[in-house]
Order: sequence, then structure tokens, then C-alpha cells
Amino acid sequence: MSKYDQLTELLLHLGDSAIVQAQRLCELCGHAPALEEEVALMNVGLDLVGQARNWLEYAAERIDDGRDADALVYRRDELAYRNLLLVEQPNGDFAVTMCKQFLYDAWHYEILNSLIHSSDERVAGIAAKSLKEVTYHLKRSADWVVRMGDGTDESHQRMVKAVDHLWRYVFELAQLDETKQSVIEQGILPGGEDLPERWLAMVTQVFERATLGVPAPAPSIYLNGQKGLHSECLGILLAEMQFLQRAYPDASW
Amino acid sequence: MQAGDLIASDSRHAAPSDAELDRAWQVLDEVMDPEVPVVSVTDLGIVREINWQEQQLRVVITPTYSGCPATEFIEQTISQALSEAGFGNPIMVQQLTPAWTTDWLNQRGRDRLEAYGIAPPVGSASKRTLLGEDPVVRCPHCKSEHTEQLSEFGSTACKALYRCIDCREPFDYFKCI
Repeated sequence: MSKYDQLTELLLHLGDSAIVQAQRLCELCGHAPALEEEVALMNVGLDLVGQARNWLEYAAERIDDGRDADALVYRRDELAYRNLLLVEQPNGDFAVTMCKQFLYDAWHYEILNSLIHSSDERVAGIAAKSLKEVTYHLKRSADWVVRMGDGTDESHQRMVKAVDHLWRYVFELAQLDETKQSVIEQGILPGGEDLPERWLAMVTQVFERATLGVPAPAPSIYLNGQKGLHSECLGILLAEMQFLQRAYPDASW
Repeated sequence: MQAGDLIASDSRHAAPSDAELDRAWQVLDEVMDPEVPVVSVTDLGIVREINWQEQQLRVVITPTYSGCPATEFIEQTISQALSEAGFGNPIMVQQLTPAWTTDWLNQRGRDRLEAYGIAPPVGSASKRTLLGEDPVVRCPHCKSEHTEQLSEFGSTACKALYRCIDCREPFDYFKCI
């Protein structure tokens, strides 16, 4: 049992997913295939860092144990992280990078579209702000999935492999866990009942344009991001992200 | 008492009045965005409200993008400009709701952007659709509408990268959000 209420769990889920995805994007700084792509990836990462701060500041206020958003990001271990398993996966090649971004963006776009009507005004406000940005993220990642899927034989094969590789983690996007069911009942995530269907419809629509097949629904596995049961990739990611604050506590510019 | 109060309590210290509020707005008309130094914070529409809270000026600003690294800097610049104009230590408040939209960018700001070489946002943010057509963006250099998008993202969070097919110049487009 979590020691936090379900709204706080949801805030951590949204904030942690955004910060972990942002950290993965940051790894591409200096390594993206083209300058324009690098600029775009870093801009998406920057938006997500800002969004994560908004969610986690709210979470920190609710947890109310003296920690702020920075402390939550830099001083929590992986068992306390609530992010989606999908976003902690390594970047792989550009097909994996963009496919991962797209699967996340489609989910992010749909959940924000519900959260803008949240009974919790602060959640609705952060969601409305985020949705404007995420609409751009989704447009771009969907474009890339189509461009590579419906591109050359090589790029098509790479996208097929990327979908196959990442699909095992999407059960969290295709199902409603306990936290989401609870916040739906509370009116915090209104209209969230069909979130899995809306996500799958978006994926199907883009995959069709990309000449990619939609795999059968991914079965649940023993891992569960919302419960802190992560793949081994997260620990390595956090070790790098948290190094400075762990080695030099409270260091600042 | 705060450190700045001693400096601010000189003869120029503004007393709460509507006339002084107008003067505060005029001061902010001259505070430029650090990344696009031809448009002011009021042109951008990020100053949402100025009012008096007892004897202190209260300024409400909203960030353009969630992760905009200029937000804190803008806040400091506004606070400093107002202090220098005799408004003491203004109370700075950040507000997320309603979310900033390029619809709040005024005509003066749009004209200034184009003159500076940045295409202003096209159309209204509320009418944008997810997978709809891209807007026709006019080249700020030769005014041709024969342009193409190079990337959804540009040198800052608020811009996209375009190229003019006629004059061949690349340019930034201030995205509509």
C-alpha cells in the first residue's frame, strides 16, 4: 500500500514520466542525427522538464514533508519513482527514440485532454498548459513514425523492430491501473474510462498511415511503474541524473 | 522590513493610485523579452495583471512555455525595472491559469517580430487542430507566402524553423499556441 493518496500518486506518475522522458531526450544532446532534430528533441525535453516541475511542485506540497520538487527528482530511489515503464527504456536507434516518443505522446495527449476538465483546478490548469505543448510533440513524433514506417525498406524494418521491442511495455498505457480508476471516480480524471481506447485509436490511425501493423494487446508483466517496480534501466538513468545532487548535496549555481 | 525597502523608501516611492498603475504598465512596455529583444513583456501578453496590495505593487505574470528558461529572468527584470522607477519591491506572482496563448500577442508585437525577421503566429490558437493543415507562413524578409517548414522546433521553445522557397532565406516562425 502506498502511503500517499491517489491524487498524489497521479501527480507523481505524471511528473516522473515527464522527467524520465526528458532525461532520456537529454542523452541525445550532441548525438542526434541532424542539427534540426537535436534542437527539436531538446525543446521537447525542455517542455517536459517544465511540466514535471509543475506536477511535482504540487505533489511536494501534498506530501508536505519538507521536500520540494528538486528533492523529489534528485533524492528518490527507483522504488519511489512512479513513471511509465516505456519512458525509462533506452533510446536505441532513431526509430526506437521516435516510436517511444510517439507512444508516450499519444498517451500524454489523451490523458491531458481528460485532465483539462479535472475537478481539481490546479490539475486542470497544469494540464491546459501542458496540452498546448504536447500537441506539438505528438504532431512531430507522429510525422516521424509515418516518415520512417512508410519510408525506405531499411527505415520500415527499423520501425517494425522498434514497435516490436517497445510493445511489451505499453500495457500500462492500454490499461487503467488502480490509481487511475480511483481518480476517475473522484472526478480528477473525468472521461478517463476510455483512455486506453482513445490511446489505441490514435496509435492505430498513425500506424495505418505508417504502413505498420498494430500488435495484439500487450499482456501485463510483473513490472509496474505506478507501484515502483521498474526495469533495470531506470536505476542506471537515475544514477546519472542524480549524481551531482547525491555527491554534493544542495549544490547550486 | 526587507533589504530593498530602504532604497525604495526615497522621495520617488509610488503611492497606490490608478495613475501610478498606468505608469507601471508604461514601465513594463519598455521591458523587453531577453530572447526576442524587440518585443516587450506587455506586447507578449505575459503580464496578466498589476494591482496594489496595500502599499505594495503586485505583478502577475504567466510563463509562455512550461519549461521556458527565461521566465525567472523576466521576473527579475520586471521587478528591477519597477524598483528603479520608484515602485519599491513589487510582489511577483506566477500564474499558470489561464494558460498563455499567442492570441495575447498584440499587433505592435506582431509588427515588431516581423520587422526583426521572425514570422508572427498565423491564425488563432483556439482554432488549431492536431493533425490539420500547417498554416501558410509569410516570409518576414521578402513577404512571399511560398515557404516550407524545416522543423516544428527552433532556437527557442516558442519558435519553429522555416525556409522561404523564393528568397531561400531560413527564418524563425513564432508558433501559434
